[in-house]
Amino acid sequence: MAIDFNVMAGGEAGQGVQSVGMILAKAMAHGGLCVFADQDYENRVRGGHNFFRARVSDREVLALSEKLDILVALNKETIDLHQNELKSNGVIIFDQEQAKVEARGENYFNVPFVKLAEETVKNKLMTNTVAVGAAMGLAGYDFNILASVLRKEFAHHGEKIAEDNVVAAHAGFDFAHEHSANQLRQKIQPVSGSSKRMLLHGNEALALGAMVGGCKFIAGYPMTPATSILEYIADKGRQYNAVAVHVEDEIAAINMAVGAGYAGARAMVATSGGGFCLMVEGLALAGITETPIVVVLGQRPGPATGMPTRTEQGELWFALHAGHGEFPRAILAPATAEEAFHAIIKAFNLAEKYQTPVIVLTDHYLATSYATVERFDLKQVKIDRGELISNEEVNRITEYERHLVTDSGISPRALPGQGKALVVTDSDEHNEAGHLIEDTETRNQQNLKRLRKQNGLKTEIRSPKFHQMPNAEFMLIGWGSTYGAIREAADLLQKDKVLVNVLHISEIWPFPTEAISSALSKGTKSIVIENNATAQMANLIRRETGYRVNGTILKSDGRPFSPQEIVDRMKKEVT
Amino acid sequence: MVTVKDYAESIPIAWCPGCGNFAILQALRKALVDLGKEPHQVLFVSGIGQAPKLPHYTHGNVFNGLHGRTLPAATGAKIANNELVVIGIDGDGGAYGEGIGHLLATMRRNVNITYMAHNNQVYGLTKGQASPTSDLGFVTRTTPLGAGQPANPLALALASEVSFLARGFAGDVEHLSGLLRRGIEHRGFSLIDILQPCVSFNHKNTYQWYRERIYKLEDEGYDPSDKIGAFAKAQEWGDRIPIGLIYSKERPVYEEQLPALKEGPLVKQEIDPSQFEALLDEFM
Repeated sequence: MAIDFNVMAGGEAGQGVQSVGMILAKAMAHGGLCVFADQDYENRVRGGHNFFRARVSDREVLALSEKLDILVALNKETIDLHQNELKSNGVIIFDQEQAKVEARGENYFNVPFVKLAEETVKNKLMTNTVAVGAAMGLAGYDFNILASVLRKEFAHHGEKIAEDNVVAAHAGFDFAHEHSANQLRQKIQPVSGSSKRMLLHGNEALALGAMVGGCKFIAGYPMTPATSILEYIADKGRQYNAVAVHVEDEIAAINMAVGAGYAGARAMVATSGGGFCLMVEGLALAGITETPIVVVLGQRPGPATGMPTRTEQGELWFALHAGHGEFPRAILAPATAEEAFHAIIKAFNLAEKYQTPVIVLTDHYLATSYATVERFDLKQVKIDRGELISNEEVNRITEYERHLVTDSGISPRALPGQGKALVVTDSDEHNEAGHLIEDTETRNQQNLKRLRKQNGLKTEIRSPKFHQMPNAEFMLIGWGSTYGAIREAADLLQKDKVLVNVLHISEIWPFPTEAISSALSKGTKSIVIENNATAQMANLIRRETGYRVNGTILKSDGRPFSPQEIVDRMKKEVT
Repeated sequence: MVTVKDYAESIPIAWCPGCGNFAILQALRKALVDLGKEPHQVLFVSGIGQAPKLPHYTHGNVFNGLHGRTLPAATGAKIANNELVVIGIDGDGGAYGEGIGHLLATMRRNVNITYMAHNNQVYGLTKGQASPTSDLGFVTRTTPLGAGQPANPLALALASEVSFLARGFAGDVEHLSGLLRRGIEHRGFSLIDILQPCVSFNHKNTYQWYRERIYKLEDEGYDPSDKIGAFAKAQEWGDRIPIGLIYSKERPVYEEQLPALKEGPLVKQEIDPSQFEALLDEFM
């Protein structure tokens, strides 16, 4: 039977919930299984309630499932809040002493985490590792795989700590084998022979993709959910020659990136809505100076500070219209971690090819949820720097014109200091040579030249993914991070004899008008599913195609959709 | 060999006749020629105002960006290509008003940029409003009750650990040119505050007004390595106004600390996706 195993670890901030979950997830991934995991945390460093959920399967998983097989509870609150999410044979693993709670039925499995940690390795800090071991024991998983993950995870603490963690995990593992009731045990088998997958979250995929795609410069101010991109490049850039500047504010960030982009380095910023608000003048600057720049906009609920550690898709129209004046842009909204990796490489290519800003629109959910993906094939990565003038050619030019008017709107690009050519550009309207002007003719030539680049960009945009079922009654339309939940909802609906197509838009601007019009023209009832309150994609579809969709399922409570929630709301609100 | 002709204007100059900017431009040309820098080796970064038009009135690479955002753009360009001589140019509005936060941060960071603040104590481009350095009580259309407490950019710079701080005067091209040359030569960030009469909108701080008050620090045996002394000079304004090198101290230069630049400028490094296999391993 197919594996569909769901585990949650929960506790206070500071208790190590995240690391418990990650070790479980990694051990499963190392066994060749597919994992999807997310983290739910509050905007605080200590206390509160945090949890980490992972779903494990022997086939690709795109979203979480609501019912749990194992709940690892590091405190009482976790049990109180999540006990009703257990399957009928699900188990709560907890330490009666630690959580100060009695077993309330046969689904409660008391494992003395703290006592076992003290007895075996004399180190209370390894309490969580005992819990991980117990969960894996109950899952019937291969201990050797868990041991190898622990050794890797704790290697940087030295061999003693790493081995003690293995011993502590073993204690929990053995305890589960010896003391758990038979009916609570599972048999999660590694998938033999399959290649190992990467396990990474959306921001890791973006940061890794940026580096692979030649990003040499990032400037940023920490802001959830984008911070980990800046941190990753700051860390890896030391060895791989990329510079990360932690700046005074987001205005500095984008202007610095534009400066670096003008000078010829692939440059980016990563922020959330509030930071992007500060950046929009700089976005327009990139537009008029025709400077390549990549902006990662990780959405979270607004307005203003909103809900910092929660998710939303409320900034589609903001991304579309950010910046004063009219200038070309592309907006990519990857659906998964895998797409995020490829999207940001494409963003750098488009930014340089069309010499204009490209926005990668993500959200907290995609940024922080983990997925297993096939190892990226770096040989397939294409770098396209557009119409950069060669070093030989640049010295032959006597009167270089940075903003030369061309049919495509793209001006051959020299870099300052590359040769004798002087590279002049201006945030004022300018002539071909880059000097400021005010006359109507030059204004029209330059403004229309820039906007012509949108025509080329349009040819670069991939059509939406379209999963069709014969005789489908509905077409579910989504964009960005909702893909997984919508796809899985489609499968669940099919089991209930509700047949649906799924149309998913991962590259939003220039709008793939023809493909979407074509899908809508078939007359299947169209339902747009979005993580916002005002149906921004549904409205954009209407604006760009003239089609009014038949319904919307909207959610703006700061939480991502689950597949079951979509199924329930389809039944309640639509069918 | 590079001459002043190489730095001739690219387009006709649109400043008011008698504007202090003419003299500042002349001083800058002379400094670059004295240093043997050719226009293609130089990047001028400026914002918005009358002073930031200066790069168009000479030859060089030009990034004329947003109001107040000169230093971030200059920093990005310098980090991307540290072989460029990067010179930032703003008025007192861009440098000490809209861009003051960036100025303080850039001085702390100590990027090797020379920043010229054309300080005429009034807004020219928008036609005569008070600036952050207008004298107390300066009446304009936006400040009918008189301007408030002026900013003290020199003291702010010293408090931000600026590594080279000088003040020049647009009425003394030779002296100003020397300060600009030393600022460009200095390893690290240099701020050159330039006292500049505005013949159209500032009828108080005129050439005559300045000539009666300014004196050269180097004539008085002043020690520019003494920070406390520099703070004292930064407070001097009124009957006597010091010009010259206020403070200079070598500090670690931001971009020189970056491991990513050890193999040369970022813009000269090849992009090679295949070098990242080991990073992929970390996610396995």
